[in-house]
Amino acid sequence: MLLYLDTLIDRVAVASRWLVLLAMLLVATHAGGAVNPETIRDLALGEGDARASAIAAIVASGDPSALSLLQSMKDGDVKTTGDDRVYLIKGEEAVDLLTGKTVKPVPDNLDDLVINNRLRRELGMAIAALRLSSTERAARLAAARELQGGADEITLPAISAALAAETDAEIKNILALTQASVQLSSNDKATRLAAVRALAQSDSGSVKTLLLALLERKGGEYVERDAELRAEAERSLRAVEQRLSTGEMVGRVFSGISLGTILLLAALGLAITYGLMGVINMAHGELIMIGAYATYVVQNIFRQHFPGAFDAYLLCAIPVAFAVSAVVGMVLERTVIRFLYGRPLETLLATWGLSLILIQSVRTIFGAQNVQVENPSWMSGGVEIMTSVVLPWSRIAIIVFAGGVLALMWVLLSRTRLGLFVRAVTQNRGMASSLGVPTVRVDMLAFGLGSGIAGLAGCALSQIGNVGPDLGQSYIVDSFMVVVLGGVGQLAGTVYAALGLGVVNKFLEAWQGAVLAKIAVLVFIIIFIQKRPQGLFALKGRTVEA
Amino acid sequence: MPAAFVPLNLAVGAARLSRFPAHLLWIAIGVAAMVLFVVFPICNLVVPATSALHISDYTVTLLGKIMCYAIVALAMDLIWGYTGILSLGHGLFFALGGYAMGMYLMRSIGREGVYQSDLPDFMVFLDWKAYPWYWSFTQHFWYCALLVVLVPGLLAFVFGYFAFRSRIKGVYFSIITQALTYAAMLFFFRNDTGFGGNNGFTDFKRILGFSITAPTTRMALFAITGAALLGFLLLGRAIVHSKLGRVLTAIRDAETRVMFSGYNPLYFKLFVWTLSAVICGIAGALYVPQVGIINPSEMSPANSIEIAIWTAVGGRGTLIGPVLGAAIVNLGKSWFTQALPEYWLFVLGLLFILVTLFLPRGVAGLWLKRRA
Amino acid sequence: MSIGLLSSGAGDRSGGVGTGRVMTTGVDVSHRGILYLESISVSFDGFKALNDLSLTIDAGELRCVIGPNGAGKTTMMDVITGKTRPDAGTAFFGQTIDLTRLSEPEIADRGIGRKFQKPTVFGQHTVFENLELARKADKRVWPTLTAKLDSAAHRRILTILDTIKLTGEAKRPAGLLSHGQKQWLEIGMLLMQEPQLLLLDEPVAGMTDDETLRSAELFQSLAGDYTLVVVEHDMDFVARIADRVTVLHEGRVIAEGSMQQVQQDEQVIEVFLGR
Repeated sequence: MLLYLDTLIDRVAVASRWLVLLAMLLVATHAGGAVNPETIRDLALGEGDARASAIAAIVASGDPSALSLLQSMKDGDVKTTGDDRVYLIKGEEAVDLLTGKTVKPVPDNLDDLVINNRLRRELGMAIAALRLSSTERAARLAAARELQGGADEITLPAISAALAAETDAEIKNILALTQASVQLSSNDKATRLAAVRALAQSDSGSVKTLLLALLERKGGEYVERDAELRAEAERSLRAVEQRLSTGEMVGRVFSGISLGTILLLAALGLAITYGLMGVINMAHGELIMIGAYATYVVQNIFRQHFPGAFDAYLLCAIPVAFAVSAVVGMVLERTVIRFLYGRPLETLLATWGLSLILIQSVRTIFGAQNVQVENPSWMSGGVEIMTSVVLPWSRIAIIVFAGGVLALMWVLLSRTRLGLFVRAVTQNRGMASSLGVPTVRVDMLAFGLGSGIAGLAGCALSQIGNVGPDLGQSYIVDSFMVVVLGGVGQLAGTVYAALGLGVVNKFLEAWQGAVLAKIAVLVFIIIFIQKRPQGLFALKGRTVEA
Repeated sequence: MPAAFVPLNLAVGAARLSRFPAHLLWIAIGVAAMVLFVVFPICNLVVPATSALHISDYTVTLLGKIMCYAIVALAMDLIWGYTGILSLGHGLFFALGGYAMGMYLMRSIGREGVYQSDLPDFMVFLDWKAYPWYWSFTQHFWYCALLVVLVPGLLAFVFGYFAFRSRIKGVYFSIITQALTYAAMLFFFRNDTGFGGNNGFTDFKRILGFSITAPTTRMALFAITGAALLGFLLLGRAIVHSKLGRVLTAIRDAETRVMFSGYNPLYFKLFVWTLSAVICGIAGALYVPQVGIINPSEMSPANSIEIAIWTAVGGRGTLIGPVLGAAIVNLGKSWFTQALPEYWLFVLGLLFILVTLFLPRGVAGLWLKRRA
Repeated sequence: MSIGLLSSGAGDRSGGVGTGRVMTTGVDVSHRGILYLESISVSFDGFKALNDLSLTIDAGELRCVIGPNGAGKTTMMDVITGKTRPDAGTAFFGQTIDLTRLSEPEIADRGIGRKFQKPTVFGQHTVFENLELARKADKRVWPTLTAKLDSAAHRRILTILDTIKLTGEAKRPAGLLSHGQKQWLEIGMLLMQEPQLLLLDEPVAGMTDDETLRSAELFQSLAGDYTLVVVEHDMDFVARIADRVTVLHEGRVIAEGSMQQVQQDEQVIEVFLGR
């Protein structure tokens, strides 16, 4: 198999080398240096075919100076006086392109050249083709991408030439595919076969469409007559599909993990307030929302006062979001929730009331509309692991962030005095109190911690979704599901449940659509809890009376 | 461990006082019936609009709506106030009853829709060619009336059976019912499920041949709703004052003792849970023709949890409480959403907090305290 | 007093509202034993709460079970009443009723009553209603809904009220009773159930000396017609009432016999005094 691939690549290489030679010949015959006046006249004033071959000639010349000419033409800076004269307008003066003389002042009877859409497209392609020889990688990559969509016979030689000279793997890959897809419409069977084989290396969806077109049938007859070519296309198609589905799988697992970490962030705070303290906080979602708004405010402050350091705003927003949500949480705990300890149903209703008030307050302050939170520039873009699979930096950052929060929380709960106190109070309040643990303060701090983590979740969510007053509402059911599924009071369970739910949800989504996936997951959890009411990681205990 | 149910830490025995003397009860019911079936029809239909005694259509519709809510709150009280099981999914049963009635109302539009098709507009719009199977027979009123009872009842029965059998209690149960109604809402929001997507059903024309907008039809629906409310109040009274009612309260206060006394709580919970869902379904069915629309937002978790606050404001564990609560909250809501719309959520939120903190027995509790 | 108490009354039963259910569940005590626990083991996350426990109780006996904290007394009661399923072993009520296959209400219905360590009564109901709810009857949903209190049942409730000295409190909500009164009410509720076997978990905890004395009299009068298993820490109380005493330690029986025999047992002395 590998060997076979090697020969394939060799063959493609041989074919392209021939093409390079051909291109060089063309260059030699047509132009020796600057674009010759004949070509310019044809290009500017000729009829359709003449213009096309003029462009082909220019592209084949590979002349860098031709690039600015084409660009000017495309931009409408090349004009004619109608008497077979073509001028390039440069502000106050004009250059007669046929003679090279500078004319001043600019002739007053200038007309625009007739440039139709086809010509405009060809100009664009030609410009891109010329740019392929740029020394900057970014420019070449952009040009290659542009060509990928619209290359034709005219730009083919330039592409082939560039392919031979290109060293960058990514650009090379794009160019090779572009070349193959142009070659597919060639008249030469060998070229086409080589092209079909070359396409097998692709991982792009458009190549799949291209190959599928070769296998299309109309009225029982194959559109493509050549059986050998079809067989080759079939083989290539399988290879592409294989790669595509692998890519899809990787992408899905990634987005599943990404969703999972978002759920995890939303649920981690709840794992403390509900899981450890037993407080049903229906306003948890609103604490997330407040964290997101805190991020928004920090962003605005940076934009207004420190525009130079804008990219750093997020680093500043993280502690702010934590602090704001933590303070709000502690206020809620002191004023309402502490009076309801041990009465979970009443807590549920009262905190729901709190959530309504928080939502309306945010609406009153910031308006009912969503607000814009911009990613710092280092978060835009992503890692492209395949043409079809891009892992956005923002998502990767959130995964890392969630891991960090989890680690910190674990350390805090298992390695610090506060953690020890929290665990002591949740296990036996009376005993802890009589041992001198300040239960009231521990309650407040633990609730503040859970709320602060909700704020961190909000900060993270602001980077990937809409920020609005209703932000929290969409997470509350989900995060409770995570905690319930993972088992109350079980940090590890929460992690597994969140990631598991995320991945399962994304896979179901691909299969049945987002809404049905969500319903299926909810139904699954409902059934699951029937079987294991204590969650995934239940500890059996001695029965407690009554 | 889910925290066990902690009984209300209130003046023990307040429930005792809620036993209305029988003769007073019948007088109250007589007066209510007079008002509903005589005063309202006359003041709305006969008294001219210019008179001070005239009751507007708006008022009739509003009160009709509130009586539907009162029925729902009463159903919630049976399961929460008396049995101690807080459902956050009662909006689902209400909406299912509403949808069942809505299907009939949609079919009786006939060809008078925008597209003048046999199919409802939304089906034409989505290019459906025929009714899906679950719309079969929905042109018959009595079949839909049966659905109103059966669909919420069956769903509640099956769900309740599994949940109660697994001894899911307290907050766990509440959260799961919330997830249930949330899932149902997402399901009904979909266009391809055949329930009109997010627009739901609306533009009804007639019910049982009567124009749905006619004042007399409106008044008839109002009176029927009033009769239903009175009927459910009496049914509720019969239940909570029976031995079964005492078992329900006992389950709320000491479920283990109930079990070791030889009662299987599963079936008692299932009974009252299913009954409560059916009552909600009927309330939904009465609500839809009066309001003229049913859509999936009725199933939103926020709606269901609001039902709980009606019951709490009025006073759970009493029968008149939920009726009072539904009236107070919804009259407040309709006033605020017109006069000060941006403050309504503050008020509602405060209600949730203040009632749970300071008024655990609700308004009825205040009254009982004074009597005591 | 105990005579009226025990005439649970055929009239009572025939006046019940049952719909076809056999209400008297016969416990086959033909081999004297009423409760057979054999090789019962229960563990929670590695902790062996019961470890190969075997115990036989004879019909009509008054058995006391003692043992230090964590000896498995409450877990044993959980197993007998269906609250906890044993990992291994068998539990039979009489010769035929396999307790490991029945739910809590079913076991209660077959004739095993249980009093908890912490008194559990229905706080919002009156004392009278508490007894009414506990009364032996068809306890399915529909019969319960339509149940009416007939005069025989009423009389029986009054008798029990007298027995547990709560006649004066009949109309008070049970939640307002004192701790000792709640204990008695719970015992009264058990008697209303007309069980064959009563399991009493620390029945005199929190009672005054006088109340304790009366409890001792009551239990002794019940023995014979009923079978009683009493878990108690109060050794004086145990010494006063017990026919036979079983000592549990670390989930198994380490001694059994009369109070005197048990008190002289080396192992028992070590367990109770040795640490």
